[in-house]
Amino acid sequence: MLSLLRSLWEVFRHGFHKRITVQYPEERPYLAPRYRGRIVLTRDPDGGERCVACNLCAVACPVDCISLQATEDENGRRYPEFFRINFSRCIFCGYCEEACPTYAIQLTPDFEMGEYNRQNLVYEKEHLMVNGPGKYPDYNFWRVAGVAIGGKDKGQSENEDKPVDLHSLLP
Amino acid sequence: MSQTLKNLYPLVIIAVVLGVILNLAAVLVWVERRLLAVWQDRYGPNRVGPFGLLQPLADSIKLFLKEDWIPPFADKPVFVLAPAIIVVTALLSFAVIPFAPGFVVADLNIGLLFLLAMSSLGVYSVVLAGWASNNKYSLLGGIRASAQMLSYEVFMGLSMLGVVIIAGSFRLTDIVEAQRKLWFVIPQFPGFVLFLIAGVAEARRLPFDLAEAESELIAGFHSEYSSMKFGMFFVGEYIGVTLISTAISLLYFGGWLGPFLPGPVWFAIKTMAFICFFILLRAAMPRPRFDQLMLWGWKFMLPLALVNLLATGAVVLALS
Repeated sequence: MLSLLRSLWEVFRHGFHKRITVQYPEERPYLAPRYRGRIVLTRDPDGGERCVACNLCAVACPVDCISLQATEDENGRRYPEFFRINFSRCIFCGYCEEACPTYAIQLTPDFEMGEYNRQNLVYEKEHLMVNGPGKYPDYNFWRVAGVAIGGKDKGQSENEDKPVDLHSLLP
Repeated sequence: MSQTLKNLYPLVIIAVVLGVILNLAAVLVWVERRLLAVWQDRYGPNRVGPFGLLQPLADSIKLFLKEDWIPPFADKPVFVLAPAIIVVTALLSFAVIPFAPGFVVADLNIGLLFLLAMSSLGVYSVVLAGWASNNKYSLLGGIRASAQMLSYEVFMGLSMLGVVIIAGSFRLTDIVEAQRKLWFVIPQFPGFVLFLIAGVAEARRLPFDLAEAESELIAGFHSEYSSMKFGMFFVGEYIGVTLISTAISLLYFGGWLGPFLPGPVWFAIKTMAFICFFILLRAAMPRPRFDQLMLWGWKFMLPLALVNLLATGAVVLALS
């Protein structure tokens, strides 16, 4: 009986506590930098596309909302011919970001993607691409990967040794 | 000419009472949602109009536009009648409530009995709704409501008899006037507590909303109701809450008596305070099990009410 009166009093006192509600359209909630919202495709610091169209994101995606087609440019750099994310299916799990070997695909703290037409939720590459490196400002995949592309030969990457001359017997 | 005006006076009172009560019932929807939110560290509906005050209007427009569905398995006439009963009985009770000296539709000399009778009749609505819905959960709700009403009605009447003994009248105006020196809440404190508990049960509000019990009976007696029929149950419930609050302030807190402010204002303040208390109860209390409810009613509340009645009678007899 006494506990009932106590809970009455405690609940009454809650009327004078700070409100938890965030009055949304006027007042924005704080979203952490690693919040999993709208997906973007980022670029290298020098402006090139990071995505190498390895398809790992599409494989990791549990709802199969990512589809892409790989192709190669004249320098031998792989890139996606098209890159499509169906956000009406996406569950924002972030597995694509985890799977990505080049930090190309990233999730951002933005959730305001409402549409009246479901078809508008299918984002093409030009909608996904952003002009920046996202969360990894200094990372450049092609500069550290030991792959030869136009303008960069084997052994010219950062921290990469010269290729071993197989015909030499010297150690 | 003045005779016609005099004849019109009761009609004016009826119109005012009806207007105030029905609008209050609508506004209470907003009040309840806001207050519940306040006690849960939220804001509640605050978007429609200033402070969300137009929320009841939006709600009722929505309710009116809903499909008014009568299930094919229902007992149609009773099903339609049930929501009307609760509103009619609750509104009829307000006929004997004096809002200020002389401002009463019918100042019956058995006003209190009439009030009790009407609020008891209200349970027919719930029972018939549960029965006519032809749905096992609704029927369970109806059965619970009838059992609850039976057990709580008994000591509700007994608890308020202490007030009647002291005031020496069943007329509500006399009861209020008898509190000029001292509000009855002080000499009749046990009676007040008992009446409050019985009143909550009478209004079928939490923690005594076992007839509805959305978590176990899926809204109980009104699970089959939609649109404005469902709305009527809610209007009835809020009028019931208002009725119990007015009854408490009339019987124990001196109705319109109070310093400085005019009578009706005092009456409104007291009534609103109790309505808020009802909502606080809803915000804070868990729902008891059905057998606990019955056990409390018969084994604890009823003997207490009898003891209170006996003691009051003995004291009044000894003093006279």
